[in-house]
Amino acid sequence: MELELRGITKRFPGVLANDDVNLTARSGKVLALIGENGAGKSTLMNVLSGLYHPDQGEILIDGVVHQFPGPGAAIAAGIGMVHQHFMLIPVFSVFENVVLGVEPTKAGGLMDRKKARSEVKEISSKYGLAVDPDAMVESLPVGIQQRVEIIKVLLRGAQILVFDEPTAVLTPQEVEEFFGIVAELKARGATIIFITHKLKEALAIADDITVLRDGKVVGNADPKTATPEDLAEMMVGRPIDLVVDKTESILGEPVLELVNVTVTDDFGRPYLSGVSFQVSAGEIVGIAGIQGNGQTELVKVITGMMSLADGTVSFKGVDISDFSPRRRHAAGIAHVPEDRNEMGMVGSFTVAENLILDSYYSEPFSKGGRLQRTDIAASAIGLVAAYDVRPPLIENTGSALSGGNAQKMIVAREFSRDVPMLVCAQPTRGIDVGSIEYIHDQIMRKRHEGKAILIVSTELDEIFALSDRILVLFDGKVVAERRPADTTPAEIGLFMAGKST
Amino acid sequence: MTTTTVKGTESPEPKPSRSFLQQLTTGTDWKSAALIPALAVLTALIIGVIIIMLTGSSFGDAMTAYWALLQGSVGSLKAISETLTAATPLILAGLSVAIAFRAGLFNIGTEGQLLMGGMFAVWAGFTFVGLPFYIHLPLALLAGVVGGAIWGFIPGFLKAKTGAHEVITTIMLNYIALRLVDFLLKTEIFQREGRNDPVSKTVEASAQLPLLLGWINPGLRVHLGLIVALAAAAFIHWLLFRTTTGFEFRAVGANPKAAQYAGMSITKTYVLVMVIGGALAGLAGAGQVLGVLDRATPGFSSGLGFDAIAVALLGRSNPWGVVAAAVLFGGLSAGGQQMQVSADVGIDLISVIQALIIIFVAAPALISAIYRLKAPVASTQISKGWGS
Amino acid sequence: MSTPPIDREPIESYEITGKRTKELTRRQIKKARITGIVMFALAAVVMFFLAPAAAGTSTFGLSFAEESIQLPPLSVPSQGSLWVLAMVLGFLGASQFFRGFQSKTTVILGIAFAVFVFSLMVWATAGEEFSLISMLVSTIARATPIALGALSGILCERSGVVNIGIEGMLLGGAFTGVVMGSLLGGWVGLLAATVTGGVLALLLAVLAVNFRVDQIIIGVVINILVLGLTSFLTAQVLVKNPQFNDAPIFQAIKIPVLGDIPIVGPMFFDQTIIVYGMFILIASVTFLLFRTRWGLRTRSVGENPKAADSLGIKVAKVRYLAVIYGGMVGGFAGAWFTLGTVGRFDEGMTGGRGFIGLAAMIVGGWNPVGAFFAALIFGFSDSLQQKFAVIETPIPGEFLAMAPYLVTIIIVAGLVGRARPPAADGQPYEKE
Repeated sequence: MELELRGITKRFPGVLANDDVNLTARSGKVLALIGENGAGKSTLMNVLSGLYHPDQGEILIDGVVHQFPGPGAAIAAGIGMVHQHFMLIPVFSVFENVVLGVEPTKAGGLMDRKKARSEVKEISSKYGLAVDPDAMVESLPVGIQQRVEIIKVLLRGAQILVFDEPTAVLTPQEVEEFFGIVAELKARGATIIFITHKLKEALAIADDITVLRDGKVVGNADPKTATPEDLAEMMVGRPIDLVVDKTESILGEPVLELVNVTVTDDFGRPYLSGVSFQVSAGEIVGIAGIQGNGQTELVKVITGMMSLADGTVSFKGVDISDFSPRRRHAAGIAHVPEDRNEMGMVGSFTVAENLILDSYYSEPFSKGGRLQRTDIAASAIGLVAAYDVRPPLIENTGSALSGGNAQKMIVAREFSRDVPMLVCAQPTRGIDVGSIEYIHDQIMRKRHEGKAILIVSTELDEIFALSDRILVLFDGKVVAERRPADTTPAEIGLFMAGKST
Repeated sequence: MTTTTVKGTESPEPKPSRSFLQQLTTGTDWKSAALIPALAVLTALIIGVIIIMLTGSSFGDAMTAYWALLQGSVGSLKAISETLTAATPLILAGLSVAIAFRAGLFNIGTEGQLLMGGMFAVWAGFTFVGLPFYIHLPLALLAGVVGGAIWGFIPGFLKAKTGAHEVITTIMLNYIALRLVDFLLKTEIFQREGRNDPVSKTVEASAQLPLLLGWINPGLRVHLGLIVALAAAAFIHWLLFRTTTGFEFRAVGANPKAAQYAGMSITKTYVLVMVIGGALAGLAGAGQVLGVLDRATPGFSSGLGFDAIAVALLGRSNPWGVVAAAVLFGGLSAGGQQMQVSADVGIDLISVIQALIIIFVAAPALISAIYRLKAPVASTQISKGWGS
Repeated sequence: MSTPPIDREPIESYEITGKRTKELTRRQIKKARITGIVMFALAAVVMFFLAPAAAGTSTFGLSFAEESIQLPPLSVPSQGSLWVLAMVLGFLGASQFFRGFQSKTTVILGIAFAVFVFSLMVWATAGEEFSLISMLVSTIARATPIALGALSGILCERSGVVNIGIEGMLLGGAFTGVVMGSLLGGWVGLLAATVTGGVLALLLAVLAVNFRVDQIIIGVVINILVLGLTSFLTAQVLVKNPQFNDAPIFQAIKIPVLGDIPIVGPMFFDQTIIVYGMFILIASVTFLLFRTRWGLRTRSVGENPKAADSLGIKVAKVRYLAVIYGGMVGGFAGAWFTLGTVGRFDEGMTGGRGFIGLAAMIVGGWNPVGAFFAALIFGFSDSLQQKFAVIETPIPGEFLAMAPYLVTIIIVAGLVGRARPPAADGQPYEKE
């Protein structure tokens, strides 16, 4: 089936998310829709899947205009979405997730579980998507969960499959497998729309490429002739250079040292087992790994949010294992948390308040427990200017900032303290390229100043660009340690998938 | 932070729906601050007329009742005094609920905390004999603060240590406090000599809150507690917006996870805010027994704790908003007495009207829809289910 | 720049594992010590406070006089039994203290509390006769509104709507139940109660689903509104017209054969229609939630409404239905207070049972059967305090009356951390 969008426009209060978007996806071909975060890709796909209603424009399938009052209509028309954040119910089994909404039933609304299982098995064997229909979704690895999502849309007879950033959570090996699945679907005549901001992947798999910027289609490209540089320039609107200038830096004393760090959940299952490493002054250590392999917990033990079952965390030679988060903060560990909205800021607080969120108790912001409002405002005005937070209004609430600016605000708060250790978890997740460049520059500046820096990121490119040393975390263990010059993303990917040294 | 809206979409930036607390801190436009509450009160009163008429009275009877309500609340100096007398505990109890809201807790236990505070204050009021009033009165008030604080500490501690939801524990503690008061009033320590019914000894004159307008007419009951309550409102305002402790309360209430990542202790905040909330409620109870009742009887709290929830919501958890809301509810309560006496319409109608006011204040969209206002204000959101 | 060593000796990580296990054991030992001391304390109370004050024999009646098969009453020497019970408690405490029951600790602690409660019963009935069977029967009866209240909560919360207004639904049901029951008979009263619950739930649904008001606020408002309204109407209408407040009471219906089984018969097969209704509802809601299409969709909406929406499930409609069904169950439960027991309405007569039902829902893990067993614990403590009040134990009545509330706090504090509510519970769903 051929899909065509004509003049799709979608407004949100204050934002024109899609502006007169036209595109065509051909039958049996892969259309890559690229654009950076905030370009309007996901909005467009939500329009396509019936979750949003466009303000203007029409959707044509094989030349016929369709209107989607709800997701049900889009599904009926043969469109299947695989969302970036999987639309799965973790406490349901695979088959329950798959048949939800199209449940086979016996008399009286009773679920026909046997039939549901066999339907799942049929699709999974037909397309080579192996999965146990009775497994609980929450117990499955991310790659398998994605298969469940694909089975879900195939069961509904989808002919047009839309994948929203499908590779964001996958290892390089899982990405290969995923490409295999896409090829299989293509061979069976499906129309594939592949939304991504990863240019190499778009070039590798697409038959057509459409580029979105600021809600508009800025052009199409032929994957046979286009280069990543061409695409990047189309995407951002100016030439960009994502290669970070990295000079040799002088390695100083060890600042942070973890020895045999072990952390367990309430039932004694390990999140981290026997993790040991050092971070020295003037060095960036990057932690690579697939989400859920202990990165979150690693950051938590360093910042004091989680207590150790065994091992020690030392900071400048002092055992800080029993220090509270506050004491560690005061001792000189700055922390950019992995989720800015949930952990990094209070959305309803002003920018000024967010800028003192973790140092409000200390001089000059507080004297004798009383907040010093003039000092707070003066410091905020300075930081907003120095770290390019836009708009530079300190009375705005945090939630009014865009993702990139909110992240810069958090970076401003943490980096403005002159402390020896910086822990940055997912420092550039989901923000625009300009902000990414800016934050990377700030991190490198801190490295040159001789700070010890730990970067945790699921973006392998980011790890390679910034790190002096890469550690790979798998299943709570450090399974490999490499210098970026001595390894390749493919090798790191293998370690991320559990291959041991 | 509560709605599962457009998470994961790129644009617009996933914007948490305006939370209750956000509205409190940013809702300074006149529509949300004054117009909506005014229309809420009006609508609730109109529905009240319908309810009165449903019980077989005529429209005229309903108007007679409302005239009595008005007379009894602001119709005379005596009425105004009664309104302020009724508003006094509501200010304090409303602050108790409001400060907990600010920290993201739902303190439904004000009723029990108020009872315990009152019992402590009564005890201090009759036990110490021969003290000068400038020592005895503060002592008795302090006892009330301590009693309420203890009763507030329990759910705060349980929440911090075990995660037991404060809505359930505070409600259970209300029932326990009621029974405990019944029991205590029959013990030798509390029960008045020569009485078989549960009534406490009388508070010594030196511990009674002096009347403010007694020099005009000894029947004007408004007492020093009103000044204490206003001072408490000023103090809570200062605490919330000018101190690091208040900063912590507000941060924990708005985003507990971010507060924790910023090094704040959630458990400490929960315990502290419940202790302060309990202390305020205890002070309300002390004010009642030392300023109005001069003794304790079973259930002397008479539902003040529940009215306090309405007051806190109507006042948008802003200390001065709470004062305004408490005066309004004090007027409803004082007028309701008059309405019951002279129009034979039961005072329970007042709690129905109060409940309706909360609905309309909590769902401004409802008011906007009824009166065809543009741009409805977002609904209130303070809780996050059981997981919070 | 020198590369720090990468490879770790395998032996080292082996040691780490060993250490971690030891660490956990130490934590367990500490917990075992504490629970052991608690059991010792209970043993001491039985030994030194209860036993010395218990003279004569304690007699527990196991059959009602009118039953066809009579069981002889169970008589035990009070003091001697208490000594034995104290020793059992002491033994459990000692084993726990020195050895620990590890994973079975919670069960053992439960047994210890049961032994202690039984000790209290032996002590309270020393030298007297106590109808155990009547207490068990009333346990079931008193658990009924709590279990139904919990079920009401489960239906709402499985779809993602928190219902704190159960208390109000009970009270509303009790009120209209008695009024309609007085005018048109018990069955109409029961129907009216059910409808009342549904109407109140509709208010919850409109405000929660359409207006996205904080659900805890709505619940509190429903409670205040119903308390005010029923009190107002009682004073304005019922007091002046007592004939509106005098409904027929549902009588127990004995099921042939099954009702004749000793103990079990009177408990489960000789109850009122409302109690039978509770059993049927518990069973059928369990089936509906976990075996039917409706149940799957309802639960999916309570877990991840966005996912359900993306599959074309109408989130608002599913929530409306679940909440209204829940409200109807709550209203039906309310009828128990009037039509099931006294036949008349008193202000605030539900006395917090709706909130206890909420606690039972949490303790039962949002599962109807689990909630029923939790309700039994509350029903038991409620029934026990009533019986103790009747046989005039030295414990002041006010303290006995606190028992159900105290038990609620203890159980909620002990369990809520471990219970896992539906993931989207209490969160309004906004489409755009």
